Amino acid sequence: MAESALPILILLCFMGGAVAVVLATLRRPAAAWPITMVAIAAAFGFSLRLLATVLDGGAVRHRLGGWAAPIGIELVVDGLGAFVICVVTGIALLVGCYARWAVRREIPERESTFFAMVLVLLLGLSGIVLTGDLFNLYVFFEISSLAAYALIAVGDKRAVVASFRYLVLGTLGASFYLLGIGFLYTLTGTLNMADAATLLPELAANPTLRVSVAMIVTGVGLKMAIFPMQGWLADAYTHASTTTTAIVAPIMTKVSAYTLIRVLGFVYGFDLASGRLPIGTALAWLSAAGIVVGSVMALAQTDVKRMLAYSSVAQVSYIGLGIGLAQPWALVGAVLHVLNHATMKCCLFLVTGTVQLATGGRTLDDYAGLGRRMPWTFGAFTLAALAMIGIPPTGGFFSKWYLTVGALEAGAGGLVVVLVGSGLLTAGYMFRLLERVWARPAPEMVMRPVGAAAIAPIVVLGIAVVVFGVINTWFVTRVIMPSLPGGMGGGVG
Amino acid sequence: MIETLVPRWPYVCTVVLMLVGLYGMLGKQNLVKKLIGLNVFQTAIILFFIVQAYKTGASVPIWDARLGAVADAYVNPIPHGLMLTAIVVSVAITGVALALLIRIHRNFGTLDEPELLDAMKRSP
Amino acid sequence: METALHSLRPLAAVTVSLLAVPLIVASRRRPNLREAWTLLAALVKAGIVLSMLPDVLAGRTPACTLGTIVPGIELALRADALGMVFALVASLLWVVTSVYSIGYVRGAGEQRQTRYFASFALCLSATMGIAFAANLFTFFVFFEMLTVTTYPLVLHKETAEARAGATKYLAYTLPAGLALLLAIAITWTIAGTLTFTPGGFVTADMGSRALLQALFVLFVAGVGVKAGIMPLHAWLPAAMVAPTPVSALLHAVAVVKAGAFGVLRVTGFVFGPDVLYSLGVATWLGWLACATFLLASVIALRQDNLKRRLAYSTVGHLSYIVLGAALLNAWSWAGAVMHLAFHATMKITLFFCAGAIYVRTHHERIDDLRGIGRQMPVTMAAFAVASLGLAGLPGVNGFLSKWALANGAIGGQGWFEVSALALSGVLNAAYFLPIVVRAFFEDNPEFVRFGEAGALMVVPLALTAMASLVLGLAPNLGVGAWDLARQVATAVTGGAPS
Repeated sequence: MAESALPILILLCFMGGAVAVVLATLRRPAAAWPITMVAIAAAFGFSLRLLATVLDGGAVRHRLGGWAAPIGIELVVDGLGAFVICVVTGIALLVGCYARWAVRREIPERESTFFAMVLVLLLGLSGIVLTGDLFNLYVFFEISSLAAYALIAVGDKRAVVASFRYLVLGTLGASFYLLGIGFLYTLTGTLNMADAATLLPELAANPTLRVSVAMIVTGVGLKMAIFPMQGWLADAYTHASTTTTAIVAPIMTKVSAYTLIRVLGFVYGFDLASGRLPIGTALAWLSAAGIVVGSVMALAQTDVKRMLAYSSVAQVSYIGLGIGLAQPWALVGAVLHVLNHATMKCCLFLVTGTVQLATGGRTLDDYAGLGRRMPWTFGAFTLAALAMIGIPPTGGFFSKWYLTVGALEAGAGGLVVVLVGSGLLTAGYMFRLLERVWARPAPEMVMRPVGAAAIAPIVVLGIAVVVFGVINTWFVTRVIMPSLPGGMGGGVG
Repeated sequence: MIETLVPRWPYVCTVVLMLVGLYGMLGKQNLVKKLIGLNVFQTAIILFFIVQAYKTGASVPIWDARLGAVADAYVNPIPHGLMLTAIVVSVAITGVALALLIRIHRNFGTLDEPELLDAMKRSP
Repeated sequence: METALHSLRPLAAVTVSLLAVPLIVASRRRPNLREAWTLLAALVKAGIVLSMLPDVLAGRTPACTLGTIVPGIELALRADALGMVFALVASLLWVVTSVYSIGYVRGAGEQRQTRYFASFALCLSATMGIAFAANLFTFFVFFEMLTVTTYPLVLHKETAEARAGATKYLAYTLPAGLALLLAIAITWTIAGTLTFTPGGFVTADMGSRALLQALFVLFVAGVGVKAGIMPLHAWLPAAMVAPTPVSALLHAVAVVKAGAFGVLRVTGFVFGPDVLYSLGVATWLGWLACATFLLASVIALRQDNLKRRLAYSTVGHLSYIVLGAALLNAWSWAGAVMHLAFHATMKITLFFCAGAIYVRTHHERIDDLRGIGRQMPVTMAAFAVASLGLAGLPGVNGFLSKWALANGAIGGQGWFEVSALALSGVLNAAYFLPIVVRAFFEDNPEFVRFGEAGALMVVPLALTAMASLVLGLAPNLGVGAWDLARQVATAVTGGAPS
């Protein structure tokens, strides 16, 4: 495996950035945003470079402190990891463009702390994606969570309560994960992912192994908002500030999903986790329940942000479904949905943020007629909404296609029905909003001006939603299929 | 069953502690008590790791010339190291949680969950 | 017998109106320029489609691939005989409808005209895509695009009624899209290919009998909503709330014909007559079609609103096409394909007339149309020609397609179907002729002298009525409708209507 400094550079961008923000803003408070953007932009650049390197030459690694694994901690990046880190940093960059205007409007007195926390969040998330050590993953998990709790608490009055609830449940999840890797350690004596992967197959019959994988899945599932542990998400996303939701919603649950793929697929192996143990089936059915519950709850909401939050529960459950099925096409769909959902949801939440800050509106009726007042914004919004429903050729359709084909090949008829049928529920709540936006008379109120820097990311994401759909084959064949675990990528077709 | 559990009594203790912690988190209405439950749960897990590291008759994991380089003479230092990190994480989480609780109390005047839900419904 | 010919013209046909959309939006403050873009796009599109006609008649199919959209499936366009028929209908009638639209929206003072014209252009793009789709996946992409782009047109008036109609439209078409998606996904897993092949590519050994039957039902549900097969037709009368040119082109020509076209593709190019015959499902479809057109005709009789009566008439006539497909023989297929085209010219005439009457008199109810023939002779004459054609009177093109269908029914020993066709012809006459009679031969003292609607509206409707007459006498004139129909029938069924 090739050595590369790129993973550690990405982490250093964020770490250094956070420290720089805190120090620089002691003298000059306005420096927070520029430093943040430089850090994120640099990280994004490194991520792209990393993706190119991995696509060319295979996985790369970096040994922290020069200590070789399995004694030392290493950062390992394969195609999957590079893909996810690009998504994370890319979304962060776009939200960063929006953040300057939004943060100044919403939380002006705490700008520097906010941006420092965002960088810490990104540090944690990147660490999760880049690491090759299970305990290191736990540490980064908690770093990102802490930052998330802090960020979510800065919102409206109820945000603090939502954050506390998220804290309790999130820490519980992380603790389960820790317990799970504790059991794994008793079994294998190692916490390095690659090392454990070689040792685990022989231990398949050991009951401790079952407990460990169950604990890990429960813990990560809690962070991912898999049914029945999704209760914290709606409140957390609804009450947080607009920038926080825009950055947390698209990427946090996705990184947790990535963790699940990494642990279930690469460390334990799908043969073991889904073949010999019923973990995969349980996950698939719980995800199906999550899709239904999330979609139905979304339909019942009048607050748009809350509606989108429940929608996120459903969408993340698509990914869970793909992982649970453990079929090559389904996994392709799940990984592709990481990209697609991040793009769609970021666009949608940026729009709700813009609307909230420009007009103060939060409910469905507040959106009536806004299409004419903010055509570019809602044009992009419409594209993202169509992608959520799954209209071709947007990206959202293709992840659904792969998931459906995967479910059909796996013979899971009930899950296919849930997959296809949920599109209808999504259409219900999305078109309800679209109809209000475009077919009601425009409101007379005075709107606060929205900066171009806030609209530009929205438009970029709206276009990206369609572009990622049209070029999805490139992602699937070049990036995702070669990175599937255990040679699954070769068996598709 | 007793034969399997009794020799493993340290693990049983940690599990009992975990259950106590879970009870605190789920069964108690006061938010501070929930936090304490969470702490107890995390501590139980930390203890679990420490118990794992123990070897009968072994010494602390600090190099001692009299014992030499025999692995069995020292308890496993790796879980100890990991748990130092975990303790730090736990402390950080508790700190943030307490800050949140102070905020909640300032905003709503109560830390009792049912009262809190009421207060939230009444205020915008 | 069909040789592929690499050509970008199918792609051009699809994209020409896409390109017009930004131009239309950009010129929203100058209505004449904006309308000019629409007309230009329509003419260019019709030109491109016509340019491919000689090739298709000679047996060559212009085709091009747009790239792999999903590993194993390509986004591909191909102009074969069936696709040509649909494309010709849609593109030529768009030219006429554009002229009519301009007259209508200005005459009726409609709002949001830019959104209207832009959506129209997008819809026609989707329609071309459906017509020229070379495989099920491409078909599906454009089929869903059609649903989404027609929604703003149904919603156009933005009244509560329009919103309800548009919601109903989606409530029917979106689940249909999902059924179609599921059907396509299942087909992909069992057949490994999705390319339309004359005579079908699904074989009986690809799955159990029950699975294939269920698959066919899913397909029919998927395309059948747009094709107005009962009981999936209810959106069509509700969609009449849209402005009349929308109803005319989209709900009498493009959207519903896309559904009927879909039925033809599924029965002839996915499953094929042999498999359908062995599965026995085609018979069910045939009965459903007969039930639909009989029931629709009866309901039409009871409608007081002119457009709603026309809507139910459309539901009925679409099922003629479905019946033709379900009868699985050469004559019935030729009849179905011809009816796809001929019904379009006749129905669009009727809708144009309804719109002209509304613009002039603001009347929508049939009771109020007494004596209107004296005031609007050209309009009502066109109406008369078209309704006689739909009833099956010789001389108008409707007779020819009906006769072919009946021939097919007789050939297949389908006496029930023949009688159903005959009965429905009588019912057609029963619900159309009184309108004509009342218009010309009764007096209405209420009418003030007002005359015909503007030339922009009257010329198109006269043109389509004349086209119906001319094609009735010389069906191969101009665009070779009979030749194309025969080509399709031969390709699909292996026999030839002689």
